[in-house]
Parts: sequence; C-alpha cells; structure tokens
Amino acid sequence: MIKTMLKAGALSVALATALGVAGGPALAQEVVYNRGNDTDPSSLDQHKTSTVAEAHILRDLYEGLVVYDNEAEVVPGAAESWEVTEDGTVYTFKLREDARWSNGDPVTAQDFVFALRRIQDPATAAGYANILYPIANAEAINTGDMPKEELGARAIDDKTLEITLEQATPYFVELLTHQTGLPLHQASVEEHGDAFTRPENIVTNGAYTLESFVPNDRIVLRKNENFHDAENVQIDVVNYIPFEERATCVRRFEAGEVQSCSDLPSEQIDELRARLGDQVRVAPYLGTYYLPVKTTKDVLGDPRVREAMSLAIDRVFLAEEIWQGTMVPAYSLVPPGTNNYVETPPQLSYAEDDILDREDRAKELLAEAGIEEGELTVDLRYNTSENNRNTMTAVSEMLRNIGIETTITEMEGATYFNYLREDGEFDVARAGWIGDYNDPQNFLFLYESDNLGFNYPRWSNEEYDALMERAEQETDLQARAEILAEAERLFLENVPAIPILFYTSKALVSPNLEGWEDNIMNVHGTRFLSLQQ
Amino acid sequence: MIGFVLRRLAGAIPTIFIIVTVAFFMIRAAPGGPFDLERPIDPLIMQNINAAFNLDKPLWQQYVLYLGNVLQGDFGPSFTRRDFSVADLFRLGLPVSVQLGALALLLALLVGATLGVIAALRQNKGADYAVVGIATFGITIPNFVVAPVLSLLFGVWMGWLPAGGWGTPAHMVLPVVTLALPQIAIIARLTRGATIEALRSNHVRTARAYGLPTRVVVITHTLRAAILPVVSYLGPAAAALLTGSVVVETIFGIPGIGRYFVQGALARDYTLVMGTVIVIALFVVIFNLLVDIAYAVLDPRVRYES
Repeated sequence: MIKTMLKAGALSVALATALGVAGGPALAQEVVYNRGNDTDPSSLDQHKTSTVAEAHILRDLYEGLVVYDNEAEVVPGAAESWEVTEDGTVYTFKLREDARWSNGDPVTAQDFVFALRRIQDPATAAGYANILYPIANAEAINTGDMPKEELGARAIDDKTLEITLEQATPYFVELLTHQTGLPLHQASVEEHGDAFTRPENIVTNGAYTLESFVPNDRIVLRKNENFHDAENVQIDVVNYIPFEERATCVRRFEAGEVQSCSDLPSEQIDELRARLGDQVRVAPYLGTYYLPVKTTKDVLGDPRVREAMSLAIDRVFLAEEIWQGTMVPAYSLVPPGTNNYVETPPQLSYAEDDILDREDRAKELLAEAGIEEGELTVDLRYNTSENNRNTMTAVSEMLRNIGIETTITEMEGATYFNYLREDGEFDVARAGWIGDYNDPQNFLFLYESDNLGFNYPRWSNEEYDALMERAEQETDLQARAEILAEAERLFLENVPAIPILFYTSKALVSPNLEGWEDNIMNVHGTRFLSLQQ
Repeated sequence: MIGFVLRRLAGAIPTIFIIVTVAFFMIRAAPGGPFDLERPIDPLIMQNINAAFNLDKPLWQQYVLYLGNVLQGDFGPSFTRRDFSVADLFRLGLPVSVQLGALALLLALLVGATLGVIAALRQNKGADYAVVGIATFGITIPNFVVAPVLSLLFGVWMGWLPAGGWGTPAHMVLPVVTLALPQIAIIARLTRGATIEALRSNHVRTARAYGLPTRVVVITHTLRAAILPVVSYLGPAAAALLTGSVVVETIFGIPGIGRYFVQGALARDYTLVMGTVIVIALFVVIFNLLVDIAYAVLDPRVRYES
C-alpha cells in the first residue's frame, strides 16, 4: 500500500510540475518582470498613500509634472518645461502635447488642478496632504478654513498650469516627484468615487496601467500603449509581488522567480554577498537613524549630558558589526549627498576622534554636569525589531563605558510612535527619518519647536527656529544653504537627538535586469529598465 | 437530526455574539490605532481620517454601528487596505485558504490514517517504531522550519517546484505538504492508538474468531471504531487549516486569509481583525457541528434526541 501511495504521490507531483510549467509558454512573447516589493500598498489612490512601497507602483502608473530618472535626477515628465517668477512664488508648467491617459484622453492642466484640490479637500482625509502645504492656501483648505477652489493652482488653458506658492520654496519642483503631486483623471474619479482605483475603473497616465490587484499575491501592471514614450518602454508586464518576509524574496530570486528584491535581511548580508556577489546592491539612501533624547527631563535637559552620550557611541561598530555594513556611521542629521546644501556640511566635531579619547571627554562632560559614575540611569526605548534591539544593546554597553547605567524597553510598533508623539516619558528612544524630498529642510524641520508630530525630544530653541524661519524666506539657494547649515550646526551642538547611522537601500538585482542604477532616493521606475529573458 | 442541527445553530448565535463583543473591545483596548505610523499624521488631518472611519464617535456608538452593519452582512472597509472592503478581502482570500487547507486535510487524513493503521497492525515492530518516530518528528519540527527548507530544497536547489507564489497546481505542492506534515503526525498517532484499542475489543476478536480475513476485519470492523477519535480531532483541525496558516502563507507568499489576522492585529486594522475573528468562529462552530453529525452516523449509540 505504501508503495502505491508513493507512486501516486510522485505522479501527482510530476503532473503538478508539468501543469505549473505549462502556465508559461503562452506569455513567452511578452517581457514579464516579477518585481519584489516590501509590502502591498495600503491603497493605489495616490492621496491615501505614504510609503516607499506604494511610491514604486504609483511611479509606474502615473507621471507627474516632473519625474525622477533612473539616477534620481529630476527630469521633465508630463510637463515639458516650466518657468518660475523672479520672486520664486509662481510656477508655470507647459504640459507636453502628446501626454495622454490610458483611455486615450489628453492629459490636461485641469487634471492636475483637480488632483491638487482633491488632496487638500478635508473629505479626502489624505494623510500626506501637508507635503504640498507650500502651495498657496493649501493648509487653510486642508483644515477646512477655505474652499478648495481657492487653492493656488489653476489651468490657464488645457496645456498650461500655474501653481502659486505661499512663499519661495527652492525644492518645490523636486517635491512634485512625490506621489502627492500625481495627476488624476477627473472624469473617472468623479464617476467611480473611491472605487476609481479598481482595475476595471482606473485610468492612468504613466508608462503602465493596472491589470489586476490581488492582496498578498501580486499587482499586475501592463504597458500603457497611450503613454507618450511607449515606444521606449521595454517591459510589457510588471508583477509587483509583496514580500513581508525578506528571506522569501531572496529564495524566489535564487529560484529565478523574481528579478529584483526591494529589501534584504540585514543579518544575512555578508552571506548573501558571498553567494550572490554583485547582485547584492547596497547604496546610500536619504535617511538618518537617530536617538531622540527627552530634553524636558532634568538631567537630560543639560546639553553636556547629551553630548557625553553622543561621544560614547561608537558608530563604526554599530554600522559594521551590528548592521553588517548595511548602514553608514552618521555624524550629522542631514545625510551626505543631500541637494541644495553647502559644499562641506557640518558634522559632530568629534567625528574623526578616537573612541577612547571621546570616552574620556564624555566622562569630563558628565563630571562638569555634576554626575558621578553610576549615578545616572537612562532608559533606552525602541520599537520591536532585531536590529533595533541589537543596536540598543550595543549602545547600552557603550554608555556603561562612561558610567551611565541603562535599562532597555521594547515597544510594539503601532504603540511606539504614538507614545513618542504624545510626549511619552522616555529618556532615549530610537527613530529614523527617510527624506520625502532631497533637501536639508526635510530633515531640519523635524526639530522646529512647534513640530509636535516629529520633535519627540520636545527640544525648543529660539535661535534654531529663527534660522529655519529665515531659510524659509530666503530665495537665494546658496544663502539658504548657509542658513540651514547654521541651523544644523546649532542642532549638533545641542544634540537633542543623537544621529548615529545613515540608512542605505538594499536590493537584489538580476544581471538580466538592465538600467537599474543605485541612487540616493532609491527610485527605479520600470520604464527606464529592460529585461533580458 | 434536523431539530438537533437547528438547535445547535441557534445555540451558536450567543457564542458568536460574545466572541464578537469581547474581540471588539479587546482590540480597541490595545494601545495605538490604525493610523499610528512611524511617520505621524498631522493632528488636523487625523481628525479628517477619524471622521471618515467613524473613529471620532464614542466607543459604544462604534460598537452598535459595527454590530448593526455585521448583521446586515457588511464587515466594513479595511483600515489599512483602503481599496478593499473586508468582504472583498475574504472573497479573494478565503477560496485560496480553503483550497490549501482542504488539500492539506485530505492529504493528512489519507497518509496519517494509513500510517496509523500500519503501525497498529505492526505494533512494537520496525514499521511501528518508524511511524511513531516520524510522527514525533512531524509534531516537533515547526512549519516555519519545514517551509523554508522545502522551498530551498525543491524550489531553489533542485528547481522541481516553485519556491513560492500561488496560481498553478505546482504552486500548491510544497505548502500543502508543509501544512499537512504535523497533521499527518497527529492523525497517525491518534489512528494508531484507536486501532490498537479497537483490535483488542470484543467484537473484533469475535470477527477474528470467525476466521474473517484480516483485510475485512480491519476495514469493516476496526476502522469504523478507530476513526472516531480522528473525527473528533478533525473539527478544530479543519477550522484551523481552512482558515489559513499564517506561517505557511507568509513563507510561500500565498494570498489566503491566514495573514490577515496577524497583519490586521499589528496594524490595528479593527474591521479586518473583527472580520477574521467572525470567520474563524463560524468555521469552528460549523466544523464542530459536522463532527457531531459524523459521530452520530459512525456511532449509532450516540442519540442526540435525548
């Protein structure tokens, strides 16, 4: 009987394999790219999204006024050119004549006006509406104080769009690469309401259009033949496959079932490098991992104590040993390579010093602050993740080296950030920030006194606020960069949050996938890629 | 029998009601909310979102609203998968989980029962020790170890089967085997014990004394008695298998509903968690009922009318 069962089992496996393989040949004519993604999008409505995983898909579906190319350079998208008034407050975009929606309709300036008004409409409940607050009246509309028709965006004619800003914003054009700036096909949104994102309803103006979306399985995009640059789009179908478990993507990559993974398990990076060589891509990424210190607490309010903690942290050890080279030691808040910044950005004065000298200096600072060895105990708090736990454990040991005792508290993700935001009673926490746009302001604004959403340490410094305010008013890019650098210098002197690591993006890329360029924004629009099959 | 079934179904209503109520308040008692992300949302915008999802209303009012909607078959919108209602997610995911679970259950039943009977008939011999050993191994090795190993072995190194994904019969083989393995082990042990007991019973000894062939004694007289403990086990096992396995679905990338419960709970997607709780509760009730009916059919001594 066992023999019969084994035979039957072998037969069914063989049959199943044959059937599985048989699924392929019909599609052999098309170039199909199976693309690993971090997770499923919470929505394909650009106004209800915020994450990088969603941005990858939306970048393929829609084309904004400007887009990132495969090196993260801002290049014309739906707009072929633009002009800005001398005071930097009025932008006039000229849309390309051949821009069309996937249903053949022309892309008009009104489509952009409609989308920009919709994201600010309180009824849309768009979580990222504030990214576009530089547009005149946007904030007032979003908070319900003004009708959406008052937004500083208008269609002069079908192909001319004018956007008026509250004040000059040097990074505004780059801001429009974000998903919040993507257009919408007005007629289909009005007809289908929230259901406009369904495959049977959606109309897109990007290189691809949506064919199907099965949660936890795949999102299938098909080449949009109406796209103005369709002839240069070489991949016919993109299957976005969500991988919450990074190791699963690696296995499927090795089995040849996916051609790229959007993230990798950090703890396996050495082994992956040894096994997969150049297919492992680790590139600088616009993000900082830092430790906010609660400045409203007695002892921690003393900048000398915060500096002592910062001095004691061996960032090279954390980057190389804990994160296996998938992070870069950080001595500033603004990551290197950020646009619109000074040539030599400020960094912590002791960046180059030997760690033993730094520990001695840290002990002196603690003594100056009147803290004896073993007298101060701080709680290190982090949100659940193995790497965060290891990082905090290492930091704890480093602080012990200068006589600071520690306790460690782990919190689950959904609770953690709410706790930090709601002025939780933490001492030292861990947090990270990935830039939405490539400008130092996107990091430095975190610590403005009135930014209660992100200023977890509740650090308040009038001079810093004044510098940020001045930078906002400054239209000359070089002068603005100097002011922002001055603000960062002040930040680093006070270290209300201790920058310890810069993020990197980690990916697996098949040698068959061409055009994938590592870049600081981690953007890889499929229209710029090609795949050898 | 019909009266019994109807009484049992009616009895299940308060059970489900209590489960829904407890689950509703428990998930709300958990700190954090569905929109507490690493990048906090502006408090003013948060007000818009809360209003859109009725989260600005008092909790009791939200409960009454939710209960009213569920009674009309509306499980509400998902908070974290905003393009889908909870019903949409189940419509897409449930058939996948049921397909996966049913195949695993069938495989477990066929292989487990066969191994159990073989072990019982060869009690204290090599085959018996082998089955008991394999069963112990099957129970102790968790499927988060088995799944990646099978995927690596057959998907990556040998390339015989897909390493993950869903869609063709080939995609089903590894997850079905992974899901079935511990069940095979349990069913084999249950069948073995029950068969040994049945073989020692008076009616089987009598059948043997009559000189009936072993095959007839085993199939006609022993299995009927031996299958009863397996049938009792099948109720909860079927409910668990058919509503999906989080680990197997995650590791093989299967779009079933098993992951929704964990994803929903971690993201505080209240409606998705509630929907999953209700579906699982219904499955448990239905399968326990089916087990009771199967018992009545297999063992006429069980009289539900009394």
